Amino acid sequence: MKVWTLHLGLIVVLFAAQFWLSPYHSTNLARIMVLAVFAMGYNLAFGYTGLLSLGHALFFAAGMYGAGLPAQLWGVTAGPALILGILAGGGMAAAVGLLALRTAGVSFMIVTLMFAQAGYLAILYFAAVTGGDEGFTLPAAARSIAGLDLSSDTPRFLAALTLFAVGLLVSLALVRSPFGRSMVAIRENEERSRMLGLNPFTVKLVALVLSGLYAGAAGAAYGILFGYAGASFATIQYSILPMLYVLLGGAGTILGPFLGAALMFALIEVASGVTSAYLFLVGAALVALVLFAPRGILGTIRERWAKWLP
Amino acid sequence: MALEVKGLTAGYGPIAVLRGVDFRAEPGQITCLMGRNGVGKSTFLKCLMGLIPASGGSIQLNGVALQGLPAHEVPKRGLAYVPQGRRLFGPLTVAENLAVGGLVQGNDRTTLQRVLTLFPRLRERLTQTAQTLSGGEQQMLAIARALCLAPRVLLLDEPTEGLQPSMIALIQEAVLTLKAQGVAVVLVEQRVDAVLKLADRVGFMRAGRVEETRDAKGLAVGDPVFQTFVGV
Repeated sequence: MKVWTLHLGLIVVLFAAQFWLSPYHSTNLARIMVLAVFAMGYNLAFGYTGLLSLGHALFFAAGMYGAGLPAQLWGVTAGPALILGILAGGGMAAAVGLLALRTAGVSFMIVTLMFAQAGYLAILYFAAVTGGDEGFTLPAAARSIAGLDLSSDTPRFLAALTLFAVGLLVSLALVRSPFGRSMVAIRENEERSRMLGLNPFTVKLVALVLSGLYAGAAGAAYGILFGYAGASFATIQYSILPMLYVLLGGAGTILGPFLGAALMFALIEVASGVTSAYLFLVGAALVALVLFAPRGILGTIRERWAKWLP
Repeated sequence: MALEVKGLTAGYGPIAVLRGVDFRAEPGQITCLMGRNGVGKSTFLKCLMGLIPASGGSIQLNGVALQGLPAHEVPKRGLAYVPQGRRLFGPLTVAENLAVGGLVQGNDRTTLQRVLTLFPRLRERLTQTAQTLSGGEQQMLAIARALCLAPRVLLLDEPTEGLQPSMIALIQEAVLTLKAQGVAVVLVEQRVDAVLKLADRVGFMRAGRVEETRDAKGLAVGDPVFQTFVGV
């Protein structure tokens, strides 16, 4: 009960935030919520299943282009485009997983990174369709759903919040389900899990596909809500960002990805106002985190004070 | 017949450890395995579970072949294994460890209640993480987690190693209860007193084989067979 109250309470607070935030901050919060969905997906793979991937930019970009290209080329509207984007992210994760999950640890990181780089280069290579480095803007028709113009502040915020809320609650239900326990068992020790009848390959593949569905949803939503798809979203930076969000907020915690995304966003916002070398400040903050709260913020809170936090 | 092993061979790469093990475990009986360090007792249990591939021989449970199955399929056929050193999921709570143990069986409530009745101390520790339990409680949890699979054959690898006498007594009592419930228990044990108290039959291993099998009723402390195979 306490757990559901906390998570539903956060959704209510975020809903209320639109009434007192300026349009600028409201847009930023919408962006944070979408990126938090991306990080939630990463958390399912890394935080709960122990899969340290460096290829999630590929799933994010698959979602973004999976939604954006049909919208641009064939005039597909926002709803179907979002579904196509989600499926593209999940499908890409399944394809990568079938091959990459034959490796583990550092090898898995390198193989997923390789796939993501291949995806990035493919976007550049097929520039005639993808727009290459410049990308493309999504047509206005693709940025409305049920008569709501998603390019304007309030509908965009509500769409981002809806996606975030669904992602958060599904994630919560998932990790508390038998399958969620399987993921954690695999993360803790594969051989012990095998002794208890769990198939590590299947569990990891399903977890990676779920993670890809989240990343695809975030990529598609990002493209639709902010009106742009570009190759920069397929770079390694977009594989590292969700990892940082998760590490900062707390790997293996439900709210950690959101907290991490929000704090990192705020940190960059503040630091970039102070100096153009703001990444140094961000780096220093991360070093401090590793030193003083290696389990991330919520991970540390859970460990010390609130063991009930999922 | 619960478990029947014939001519089982296995090893680690080119090193042969099991060199033709013949072994039987019956329902409602405790079959102990004894032998000096390195004779292949733990390797034998791992091989039964599919954690080490068999290079030859056969393993049958009620006539169904188990050799060659992937390790994760073996528990679904009725074998459960409690390895030496417990091997729990340390950061998970007692309840979560038990839930993971019961996943394959769909976390049947009746099984869970039976397990908690067997180890009432765990009922008091359900929300505690496994790594914070005492050694004896961890061993209870390791056995309880395996029992959540509702196994027909339970493989225990030195379950009382390093425990205080009161805990040893509790675990031995639980093993006898499982026997009474019809489970075939295979127990790797080094302590003669424990073997004499629990076993129905004792298999003595040497150089990767079960060289002698004796009815436990005919054994006593000081029997030369212990000196021959265990060195005590």
